[in-house]
Amino acid sequence: MIMSTHAPISLLAASAVTLRDVLEVFTFQYDYNTTIVVLATAILGIGTGTIGSFLLLRKRALIGDALSHATLPGVCLAFMIMVALGGTGKSLPLLLLGAAITGLLGVGAVAFIRKHTRLHDDAALGIVLSVFFGLGVALLKLATQMKGGDSAGIESFIYGKPAAMLASDLRLIIAITTLTLFLSIILFKEFTLLCFDDDYASSQGWPTGLLDGIMLLLVTLVTVVGLQAVGLILVIALLITPPAAARFWTDHLRTMTILSAIIGMISGWLGASLSALIEGLPAGAIIVVTAAAIFILSMFFGTKRGILVRSLEHWRHNRSMDHQHLLRALYELTEHLPAGSSTHVKRSDLLNMRSWSDWRLGRALRRAQRDELITHDARSYWAFTEAGHIDAMRMVRNHRLWEMYLITHAAIAPSHVDRDADMIEHVLGPVMVAQLEKLLADKPTVPDSPHLI
Amino acid sequence: MTWTLDDTWIILIGALCAGSCALLGCFLVLRRMSMMGDAISHAVLPGLAAAFWITGSRSSLAMFIGAAVVGVLTAVFTQWIHTLGKVDRGASMGVVFTTLFAIGLIMIDHVAHDTDLDANCVLYGMIDLAPLDQVNFMGMWVPRAVVILSSVLIVNVLVIAALYKEFKITSFDPALATTQGISATFMHYLLMVLVAITTVASFEVIGSILVIAMLIVPAATAFLMTQRLGSMLIVSVIIGIISAGMGHVTAMTVPPLFGFEDTTTAGMMAGVAGLIFFGVMMLGPQRGVLVRLAQQRQLSHRILREDVLGLLYRVEEQAAPAPGQMKLEQFHEVLQSGERLLRGAVRRLIREGKVQEDDGLYALAERGRAEARDMIRGHRLWESYLDQNLALPIDHLHAPAEHLEHITDAAMLARLADETANPQVDPQGKVVPASESS
Repeated sequence: MIMSTHAPISLLAASAVTLRDVLEVFTFQYDYNTTIVVLATAILGIGTGTIGSFLLLRKRALIGDALSHATLPGVCLAFMIMVALGGTGKSLPLLLLGAAITGLLGVGAVAFIRKHTRLHDDAALGIVLSVFFGLGVALLKLATQMKGGDSAGIESFIYGKPAAMLASDLRLIIAITTLTLFLSIILFKEFTLLCFDDDYASSQGWPTGLLDGIMLLLVTLVTVVGLQAVGLILVIALLITPPAAARFWTDHLRTMTILSAIIGMISGWLGASLSALIEGLPAGAIIVVTAAAIFILSMFFGTKRGILVRSLEHWRHNRSMDHQHLLRALYELTEHLPAGSSTHVKRSDLLNMRSWSDWRLGRALRRAQRDELITHDARSYWAFTEAGHIDAMRMVRNHRLWEMYLITHAAIAPSHVDRDADMIEHVLGPVMVAQLEKLLADKPTVPDSPHLI
Repeated sequence: MTWTLDDTWIILIGALCAGSCALLGCFLVLRRMSMMGDAISHAVLPGLAAAFWITGSRSSLAMFIGAAVVGVLTAVFTQWIHTLGKVDRGASMGVVFTTLFAIGLIMIDHVAHDTDLDANCVLYGMIDLAPLDQVNFMGMWVPRAVVILSSVLIVNVLVIAALYKEFKITSFDPALATTQGISATFMHYLLMVLVAITTVASFEVIGSILVIAMLIVPAATAFLMTQRLGSMLIVSVIIGIISAGMGHVTAMTVPPLFGFEDTTTAGMMAGVAGLIFFGVMMLGPQRGVLVRLAQQRQLSHRILREDVLGLLYRVEEQAAPAPGQMKLEQFHEVLQSGERLLRGAVRRLIREGKVQEDDGLYALAERGRAEARDMIRGHRLWESYLDQNLALPIDHLHAPAEHLEHITDAAMLARLADETANPQVDPQGKVVPASESS
């Protein structure tokens, strides 16, 4: 392990990256600087991921955007005051303090505009972020004109200077992240309530204003130290993307917060490591792209709200609906035939019973045949098997009981009942059927349809 | 400071930029999509880098095409993540634009590190240097930015004028637009293309963040000042132009007052626009925060004065034939108002000759008695009315009457007397005072 504070962050492209380098970077054993950067971004990811979860659920994901832009005038003012008082303007804590003050002021301004005008959230955020940033840009130009100060440091608030991170920066990030985690754990119940029903919370006597303030203060602190580390846009990404990715995997806030912290950490760790290994990849940008990659993976493969899982559910639901529709259609076509006539039905008749495509009917037919619920004769006319007939009777009975329930108890016109019944019969459980049977006790086994089929 | 031709050019460039942005901003604000301006202005970065990479030059046309494509992609991706992933719209926007911005940073680092397509220029803009970059346009040397921004402004005006009805209806009621055969989706993406093009044209001038200021702030200010889309568009453009002019002037003149040189015009444009917004928000004639605050105060003071009169009247009624007198502390006890507020109310009542003071004891003067009588009459008639018409329980009559008495004028009082058949006593058996006129 090379212990040098001056080592370049990117390995020279001339010396090919070896497997050993890769291992060392990822396990925090490469040179001192790289280790600090990788550790700092990973820990920052934990902080932003945690507090970002609450913001996402409060639908305030973009508050970090307004907040981080609003820090610029504070940084400049803090710098100018320090220089005016004879300093060099290099004191990081004071710059961060300035950033936090105008950042909070910006958040307050958003709340004020939202409360006192008819403008909506989006406009309030846009106004605050652009006007504060504009003032910051104007002040920045003035700050560069001040003699005796070194204004170069201010710019790193906008772009972030991961490569130039010092041990003191790392300590600051650790301190803020620890505070965030500590308060998030202590106030987890309060924050949860605030996320899901703040009106209820305040009606129960919770100090929602105070809790809101604590939450925003934590966001501000994390954002401000993050600005320093990864820059303006990228800290916004770290606040939004990990929680949004975590949301695909779970419906529980606790799990989501933990997962989001882990995703934030992995993004920081992986991104900073990659950027150290491959020359010319700016660390902040790579961290964001890593987080985005995790987001995209989660969006597709997430087990709770992922696209794949939901389409699978959708597909299953459609399939079972088609199956029930097929059995009912076949039953209804044959139910009033005179005794002794053929119970076989043409495919085209089945197709006309519902507005389904030929392909979907075909799929339903194949499945039902495989399950030995229906068979076809030599002319490809379809009929129930014994088991199929029993199944169909049960299903049609459910459907008609439900229709009758809607007519007699919910006062719905008979012409509207079939569609409503259709939608609900697929979720009608045996308990409900028993209840309906009790309500409509004197009906025959399969009651007649209350409307023309 | 001395005024030069460059200053005029800077203001013209700023005004063209602010005007083009404000027109589109109105629709963004109305559609509650202001942050889309933010998202697009960040996200076009990879589009610019790609255009540069493919054409190898900084030609404006390629840049515009690149920006427009990525601008639309931003909108499309945001929509996908919002609908397919069921992610909150703000969050999906955040994910998309930060990712595209990061990709843009990486691309710029790789393809364009020795051109002036650097992140710095994109972030701050170069309005103060824009007049120096001149092109020959129809025999005249004018700044390139003037030519580009004028074209963008003309395009924006033409598109909005040609599709005014469509833009209007899709902004206010997309569902209605769809039933009328106007594709809300098409209009949405058309707006996004215009925003992307305008953003890129304004980039070099005022920078990516301050574009957002010009898009949203004048439009939001106009939104607070007007009720109609047409006037909103015009007002927003005027505010944009004022911001540009004042922005440059303040950038030149204000810092020297504090011993600095000048500062960036772009930053001050945003600052002035913000100031105008703040002024309108606080002082706007109808809905200004301060105006409404003052109205509320006036109302609550008036109600307090009326309550004092009413209280004195009731005391007089009960004490009769002795004179009805009260001390200030007694007002405080009954009305539960702050001492200072009460003192002010009483002082004003004395000044108006409605109350007279005698050694710390207050009593009704003749003018005050007439006013109090009308008010108590209103209160008791309301109680009768509520009793007769709403059949409220008798102990629930006082509270609503207490509210209504303050907003009852003479005409209403007469009508109320008619409706309640002019009762002599209220439901609680108290005498309804005769009206002044009868």
